[in-house]
Amino acid sequence: MPVYTLNVNGKALKVDVAADTPLLWVLRDNLRLVGTKFGCGIGSCGACTIHLNGNATRACLTPVSSVGTSKVITIEGLSEKGDHPLQQAWDEVDVPQCGYCQAGQIMTAAAFLKKTPNPTVEQVETAMNGNLCRCAAYHRIREAVLVASKKTK
Amino acid sequence: MEQTIHNERRDFLKKVSLSGGGLLLGFTLFEDLMAGPVQGQFVEGLKHDFNSYLSIAPDGTVTIASPNPELGQNIKTSFAMIVAEELDADWNKVVVVQAPLDTNRFERQLTGGSGAVPHSWKRLRNAGAAARLMLVTAAASRWRVSPAECTASEGMVMHEATGKKAGYGELVMDAAKLPVPPEVKLKDHKSFKLIGKPIRNVENKNIVTGKGLFGLDFYREGMMYAVIQRPPAFGTQIKLVNDKAAKAMPGVTHVATFKNNVAVVGTSTWAVLKARKALDISYEPIPGTKPESSTDHDALFTSMMNRTDAKVNRKEGDVEAAFSKAAKVIKREFECPFIPHNPIEPMNFFADVRPDGVELVGPTQTPGSARKAVSDLLKIPENKITVDITRLGGGFGRRLKFDYVVEAAEVSSIIKKPVKLIWTREDDMGGGSYRPAVRYRFEAAIDAQGNLTGYKLRGVGINVGNSTRENNFPSGSIDNLLIDSVDHSSPITTGAWRAPVTNFLACAEQSFLDEVAEAMGKDPVQLRLELLQKARTAPAGPVRYDIDRMEHVIKAVAEKSQWGKKPGVAQGFSVYFSHASYVGQVCDVVMEAGKPVVKKITAVSDCGIVINSSGAQQQVMGGILDGFGHAMYGKLSFNNGEPEQKNFNAYRHVRMKGIPEVDASFVDNGKDPTGLGEPALPPTGGAVANAIYKATGKRIYKQPFIEQDPLKEAE
Repeated sequence: MPVYTLNVNGKALKVDVAADTPLLWVLRDNLRLVGTKFGCGIGSCGACTIHLNGNATRACLTPVSSVGTSKVITIEGLSEKGDHPLQQAWDEVDVPQCGYCQAGQIMTAAAFLKKTPNPTVEQVETAMNGNLCRCAAYHRIREAVLVASKKTK
Repeated sequence: MEQTIHNERRDFLKKVSLSGGGLLLGFTLFEDLMAGPVQGQFVEGLKHDFNSYLSIAPDGTVTIASPNPELGQNIKTSFAMIVAEELDADWNKVVVVQAPLDTNRFERQLTGGSGAVPHSWKRLRNAGAAARLMLVTAAASRWRVSPAECTASEGMVMHEATGKKAGYGELVMDAAKLPVPPEVKLKDHKSFKLIGKPIRNVENKNIVTGKGLFGLDFYREGMMYAVIQRPPAFGTQIKLVNDKAAKAMPGVTHVATFKNNVAVVGTSTWAVLKARKALDISYEPIPGTKPESSTDHDALFTSMMNRTDAKVNRKEGDVEAAFSKAAKVIKREFECPFIPHNPIEPMNFFADVRPDGVELVGPTQTPGSARKAVSDLLKIPENKITVDITRLGGGFGRRLKFDYVVEAAEVSSIIKKPVKLIWTREDDMGGGSYRPAVRYRFEAAIDAQGNLTGYKLRGVGINVGNSTRENNFPSGSIDNLLIDSVDHSSPITTGAWRAPVTNFLACAEQSFLDEVAEAMGKDPVQLRLELLQKARTAPAGPVRYDIDRMEHVIKAVAEKSQWGKKPGVAQGFSVYFSHASYVGQVCDVVMEAGKPVVKKITAVSDCGIVINSSGAQQQVMGGILDGFGHAMYGKLSFNNGEPEQKNFNAYRHVRMKGIPEVDASFVDNGKDPTGLGEPALPPTGGAVANAIYKATGKRIYKQPFIEQDPLKEAE
């Protein structure tokens, strides 16, 4: 199997995996970064959302061979101390119920806020619509994104 | 006023001594303790060996073990809050840990039926209050003052007259030497400082930083990964397996056929997922079984509606006479399809079957039943099987079934290695235990004076058992009543789905009552109040709901929603009693571009004392959106036994865009807490359907609403 050197959360990490292995399983099985979740495997739920060169990307649809030197950021690398404005807002607004989808929600929101620092409610809804929350904590997810957008100013 | 609770058994509180110093006090929350002294190993072997559920360390840290599986109902936070309230602990020094399965020490160690808080309410308070009393007594003795002169607050005992104070951590050594108090006084609910406050989920930090809390995150050095190919259609079995190609795939270590399953085991998730696709399996119908299609179920339900041998669940008065004398009869049928649970974390479990015992780790709502099933399968006694409960990425009833736990154990026993079994979304959505498809027929007889004199309900369903809740409202308020049911046994497997039966029964019933009110020329709120008054003054048979509490939520939600007072807004009403709680809802719909749009749902819930006002809001808001989403979009259909929707691209869930606002408030009546994980869901579908009718003049009789007029063209 080919060996890939990935840039994950600022570290160069070597993995020896099949070329078609989705980044999701490389992160989870090989690198033990399990914050990136498996929900559907077809890019429909957003639980596996990571940043690839700053863009919110579905890790389940990203073959490891396509990653190259792109910078991969996972929920574990979003902030050094777990204090990204979104992570703070998620706690303050008390968003999680089961919590399984929340890392993906936060990663989608983080990439979105970087590009849209002063979003409207409608913009937040459009940006977050691809992320399924089966507990339907949507009111609080929306609120937390807006709270975080005010923190970053 | 304070309540006094007598400890029935003196060993409810135990002292724990640790060889290493550390832990000094241990309290069990549950009465049915195993006999014998408690050996404390709390600090050392926290995960497996602790024997107490509340401990206080010399540094003042209070550790509380939460026995029930956490799937988002926020039990881990709520349980600890209840103990900490009576203990007057400093919440910042409370640590909560998940307890493993231990049927010797815990009762009802499961998550289901919205029953954990009602069951444990007094037990948890008792434990906290007893600990507090011992700490106060220890302080009073140290200061040579009367315990009655001492107060406790935020982890500190104080003596006001002398200004002396001591933290709980400083007092535990002395407190541990005291006898267990034979009785404790519980606080009056009006003096609660923590209960009722919005306390954040204790796991937030771990969740937002991506810590591996869930079953799917579990890893053990040397473990294998497994997926299973199950028959794609219900009612079929394996005819022939050709696993040569799969076995030759890189990373595959075993391919094993057992029962109707073919397990593919290997060194990574991706390796086994790829190899599974290389399996060549043919299936055939199980002899004597007909794989079913959704198109068959229409005719099936019609024939079941005509059956003369229905099971009578409740009968009052002379229902046939009431209908023969009626001036007006309304007869309507309502139907819902199968739906999957779709917890966002698919089924998975870790199993390590060794000659000396079995280790099971993963997400389950019923760890005790899962262990029993594994014990039965492997013929290994239960006391040789451990179950560690991870956090559950949702459950919704799916993880009350333990099929996937048994599968993991069977695979491990075959390959003789530790294994993590993973289901994909397709496995999950196609793997059964669905909310059953059900059809209801309601009939109402209205006499010449406009009174509701007769009521009939027949429920017919597929693997649902009794599809009625015959003792719920409006039973008790109608003199002549007949409620019966017919069940059909099918190869399609079903199970409890959040608010079993009532998740659709309430929608159908509340829609029907809306139509009855209209036929009687009454406001829907007024009709319900009149029926309750009838149940109060001249009940027809037993009344198994609290009339006053139901009446209260009806009036409260009517007021909160400005019922009938919002110009340009079409409102729909619904109220339902389930899991011992009462929830009234009003849905606001407005017409936009000629289409009805659900704008807002106002809910008033009576679940007694609210433990955590933040968590309670979540349960109601999430329950309502769950009820809304599934009423609007949920449908799993079958073709020759095979589900036609297998992933989220073919099965629609509610998403953020277009969600209605939810206004959730609670009745403050000081009554002991009742369930809240489920009760907010059942009323939603009816409130939405009734509001859509108000807006469009069109009634909806079938879920998913999105496929019915007037919403059909809207998509």
